Amino acid sequence: MFMRKVAIVGVGMSKFGEDWKRGFRDLILEAGRRAIEDAKLSGAEIDGMYCGTMAPGRLIGQEHAGALLADWMGLNPMPSTRVEAACASGGVALRSGFLAVASGHHDCVVVGGVEKMTDVPGADVVSALGGAGDQEWELFPGATFPGIYALMARRHMLEYGTTEEQLAAVAVKNHENGSHNKYAQFQSPITIDTVMKSKVVASPLKVFDCSPVTDGAAALVLMPLDKAKQHSDKPIEIVASAQASDTLALHDRKSLTSVWATEVAAKKAYEMAKVKPKDISVAEVHDCFTIAEILAIEDLGFFKKGEGGKATAEGRTALNADISINTSGGLKACGHPVGATGVKQAVEVTWQLRGEANGRQVKEAEVGLTHNVGGSGATAVVHIMKRAY
Amino acid sequence: MAENIAITWRRIPERYRLAGTQCTTCKTKFFPPRKFCTACRRKGKIESFSFSGKGKIYSFSGVHSAPAGLELEIPYVLAIVHLAEGPKVTAQIVDCTEDAVKIDAPVEFVFRKIRSDDPEGLIHYGYKFRLVK
Ligand SMILES: CC(C)(COP(=O)(O)OP(=O)(O)OC[C@H]1O[C@@H](n2cnc3c(N)ncnc32)[C@H](O)[C@@H]1OP(=O)(O)O)[C@@H](O)C(=O)NCCC(=O)NCCS
Ligand SMILES: [Zn+2]
Repeated sequence: MFMRKVAIVGVGMSKFGEDWKRGFRDLILEAGRRAIEDAKLSGAEIDGMYCGTMAPGRLIGQEHAGALLADWMGLNPMPSTRVEAACASGGVALRSGFLAVASGHHDCVVVGGVEKMTDVPGADVVSALGGAGDQEWELFPGATFPGIYALMARRHMLEYGTTEEQLAAVAVKNHENGSHNKYAQFQSPITIDTVMKSKVVASPLKVFDCSPVTDGAAALVLMPLDKAKQHSDKPIEIVASAQASDTLALHDRKSLTSVWATEVAAKKAYEMAKVKPKDISVAEVHDCFTIAEILAIEDLGFFKKGEGGKATAEGRTALNADISINTSGGLKACGHPVGATGVKQAVEVTWQLRGEANGRQVKEAEVGLTHNVGGSGATAVVHIMKRAY
Repeated sequence: MAENIAITWRRIPERYRLAGTQCTTCKTKFFPPRKFCTACRRKGKIESFSFSGKGKIYSFSGVHSAPAGLELEIPYVLAIVHLAEGPKVTAQIVDCTEDAVKIDAPVEFVFRKIRSDDPEGLIHYGYKFRLVK
């Protein structure tokens, strides 16, 4: 199979948060501009764009986001494609951009991710996000996304003895990391008590076990590695890109305590990159709920099945511990503008590998991983990145 | 989200009486009904199959933050029920509080109102489950 090596040469993101002043177009324009400036490009070199966004039709009444973005970024007539895979839209957009450059078809691709979530009332956001699951057989009977992850949490607690305090430890660690990230939605540290005393959303999950509702965008510029040196002193090579699918509805899965699509995508990615889980020093994993981070660090092979909660409570996933997980603050503290998340993860890992993660730098970060999940695990995307300088 | 009347009408057999399907090639039972066996693929033969409505709680959660249309229902118990014949289904557990629900507890089908779109709109009915004493 002919494949060119692909590198990230520019990254950018908007400040994540509840942003009433700015709309969908403002957010993605800001992230896109920052990434293009970071890559020292004029814009004329760009020959393709992929943008992940999950639900603009329901959140702002706008579809056809690909064309909209090319138009507002002044990039017509360049081909521009919207990618949708629920909360994994950003990760799948990155994979689309990677494949476009690797195949030799495109030489300079912008990968964006954006979601504008706070223009509609909370109950409508909950319903729109529900579209990531099975509308007829999960959402109609009364499931919500926090509810679906709560069903996974309850099984993990039964099968492996995971406790609510261990779940809370994920949120505490991610808020601590977020407090060193000026782009994060939440920048104040919390305690186990903050989580345990917060309002129940879907038992056993409480408000502080959940990622928030967020406005935000992120962007990357991809080029073939052999041209990357002209645009970046510190190109970051994407050494693996893998994706897998599973049943849309949680109730059809073989197990509720591991995400099979993550296991499959991770195995492929490790093979493609020729690395092992222990070689990864920094990872951005999909912690839409605290239980999701525990499942992720187990399914990605960082910890044995059932030991993710204990490992987190022992501090083994904190900044510069055994493995630094979610240095950006993760979805929990940095925020989760769904379509932007998968791209933001790659932005953070790029900063880490370049040594530019001020205040939260992982020491000697050589190899990084991003893990983005759609719905309750019907899509999983894993990317592995390495320093190429 | 308000549901179109055609979807509601199309789903009446499944929602009102747990009408499912089975693949006679591999004997797998499907609820919600599938018209294509995912194991046998084109070698599968699908026919209808009625579920008894008996099952056990596989996992559950007390939902306190509602989606649009279910604001008046909270708190309610959401569960995955393992049907006696094999498949699992997502549904609400009714006629009890969350404290009474345990994993593996036996449950049975009940026909209930699921939601109404708005005061003037359609009322949707379907399956929920209750604990068996
Ligand atoms: C958890 C959740 C229900 C809270 O919503 P809510 O109760 O309506 O909260 P509000 O927006 O009214 O905010 C109330 C306060 O809690 C804070 N808050 C909201 N969500 C929070 C969260 N997840 N973590 C920490 N604090 C949160 C707000 O900042 C606000 O603080 P303030 O009063 O100091 O301004 C909501 O964030 C949610 O649905 N999250 C899940 C999103 C999701 O499903 N994503 C997709 C995953 S697949
Ligand atoms: Zn079959």
